[in-house]
Amino acid sequence: MTTLQKFLGATAALALSTGAALADPALIFDLGGKFDKSFNEAAFAGAEKWKAETGGNFNEIELQSEAQREQALRRFAEAGNNPIVMTGFAFGSVLAEVAPDYPDTKFAIIDMVVDAPNVRSVVFNEHEGSYLVGMMAAMASKTGTVGFIGGMDIPLIRKFACGYVQGVKAANPDATVIQNMTGTTPAAWNDPVKGGELTKAQISQGADVVYAAAGGTGVGVLQAAADEGILSIGVDSNQNHLHPGKVLTSMMKRVDNAVYDTFMAGTDMEPGINVMGIANGGISFAVDEHNAPLLTDAMLASTYKAALDIATGEVTVHDYMSDNTCPAE
Amino acid sequence: MERMPQWADVVLVPLISLLMAFILSALVIVAIGEDPVAAVKMMVNGAVGSTYGWGYTLYYATNFMFTGLAVAVAFHASMFNIGGEGQATLGGLGVAVVCLALPWPHWALALPVAVLGAALFGAAWAAIPAYLQARRGSHIVITTIMFNFIGASLLNYLLVNVMRPVGSMDPATAKFGPGTHLPTLHDILAVVGIPFSRAAPANISFLIAVVACFLVWLLIWRTRLGYAIRAYGKSEPAAVYAGISPTRIIMISMLISGGLAGMMAVNNVMGEAERLIMNSVEGAGFIGIAVALMGRSHPFGVFLAAILFGFLYQGGAELALWTSIPRELIVVIQALVILFTGALDNMVRMPLEKLFLALRKDDA
Repeated sequence: MTTLQKFLGATAALALSTGAALADPALIFDLGGKFDKSFNEAAFAGAEKWKAETGGNFNEIELQSEAQREQALRRFAEAGNNPIVMTGFAFGSVLAEVAPDYPDTKFAIIDMVVDAPNVRSVVFNEHEGSYLVGMMAAMASKTGTVGFIGGMDIPLIRKFACGYVQGVKAANPDATVIQNMTGTTPAAWNDPVKGGELTKAQISQGADVVYAAAGGTGVGVLQAAADEGILSIGVDSNQNHLHPGKVLTSMMKRVDNAVYDTFMAGTDMEPGINVMGIANGGISFAVDEHNAPLLTDAMLASTYKAALDIATGEVTVHDYMSDNTCPAE
Repeated sequence: MERMPQWADVVLVPLISLLMAFILSALVIVAIGEDPVAAVKMMVNGAVGSTYGWGYTLYYATNFMFTGLAVAVAFHASMFNIGGEGQATLGGLGVAVVCLALPWPHWALALPVAVLGAALFGAAWAAIPAYLQARRGSHIVITTIMFNFIGASLLNYLLVNVMRPVGSMDPATAKFGPGTHLPTLHDILAVVGIPFSRAAPANISFLIAVVACFLVWLLIWRTRLGYAIRAYGKSEPAAVYAGISPTRIIMISMLISGGLAGMMAVNNVMGEAERLIMNSVEGAGFIGIAVALMGRSHPFGVFLAAILFGFLYQGGAELALWTSIPRELIVVIQALVILFTGALDNMVRMPLEKLFLALRKDDA
């Protein structure tokens, strides 16, 4: 059966069923593409997990141009896809315009808040996870100097950096943090060569643990760190396996869970702001066989305690995006 | 020298090229296990099967008309302007400056100023390579393509550091005010009672592009300046002998070319996005080269070729939405059409010319 027939069949089935109960969900990837080893790929993994468990089908598109943002949203909504999930803050302004036109369709946007009655906005407390890996970095560092390499210089990445610095200072108030951003354009998400160069520059300034919050650029950071014999920290998905024994841990942002949950909820998806943090498993750090030898009991104990304190609200990590300032440098 | 009839040159050659491109594309689609007939049906239906499809096809076509005309005008002066990308980028800056500078009360006031702003910025960006070519002999192909990168970097700097609203993560300007919203084809056709899709971005700039096609035709074939441009393009020594100043022709043709490329921004920046984003041109400047080549640098040919490429873009988007054909292969299909219609023109033309000559000899 060709895909066209499948599609026609699906629309026919939609037309026959009076309710929207049979609607397939849809997933729209940002311009970075489906297989970016990071953010979009995590979303894809969540959708695939849903597909494997439920046997359902979903529509997807990798955008080619900016004009297609609105087009893809409207086309999926008009074809009856529901819910429609999109990855990335760049959809924000478009979704704010499109969502009111399709009040019966549910939308979910990741990493951005759009205020509409049929939109779920999934945002992550990246500062909390960054705080935890910051603590681990400070405890693992022998030189007392650790590094941070961001992707594109946007408030979201400064939020990562700010949480990280707070964590480092919490574990070792005398530690120094070197911060670098890869660039100011979306190209900074996919520049592993520059990521590697920045890592080497930070090493020459004494850093011996480097945290990469830079999408595809992070691959170069982790590689350079492994080559130079220092430790690195991965981001978004579990990257410990990339260089076993060289990656201290990974700050995991469970985009896959967010997509999976939304697809599972289907048309009953609750709109509103959905904050994924340590407390609800949206943010965590990776411990597996690849990094177990690097972690001491004392290190784990204090990190887990901090995680618990953050979850219960005893410790508050400052969110850079709440006021665009950072108390720690 | 004997030549083949006009109709074969204008109609038959592009048609055969297209056919070959589609056959090759069909083979590509078969190779990845999809049904090529279904894919073509989906492309045609998606691009021209509804007013929605037409709305997107014409939106893309408007972009390509402006950049295609830009390349065509310069080409008549035998200037190969491949800087349409950068000139359209700067045109976007011109539109954004105009739209954000004043709280425009009505689009009818904002539009002429925005068109002027876009054309001025685009022309200014073409002026520097033009001057370097005319006075310093720096090759226009090299300088215009370099200016694409400089333009992208300049816009990059401005969007990140100067024009981005406080607190925004997107490197983009603020949304333009409501007084700058151009009427879409939906609004225009509703006046005469024709229903047209509300969702599609095609807007009044399509009509501007059509007028631009006509004006370019008027300029090239019905004015003294057009004659001078064509004369210079055909033979520089002959033009100089006739008293035509090469510097003047290079500058004027490139300024018009850059202005046309810049005017594309009225469509995509003012008409569609309603704010200036990074990389808003998205390759339309380069597609313009293929459009001008396929349209044989004639405004009417550019018009038709632009619609064909609009069809390919919108049809490709539909394929991406509803099939599992990966987006890279959709680009391959689009590239095949460009390759056959633009670059491999002579592959079809020469055998065809021989064939016509042979037939003519038989007649005689």
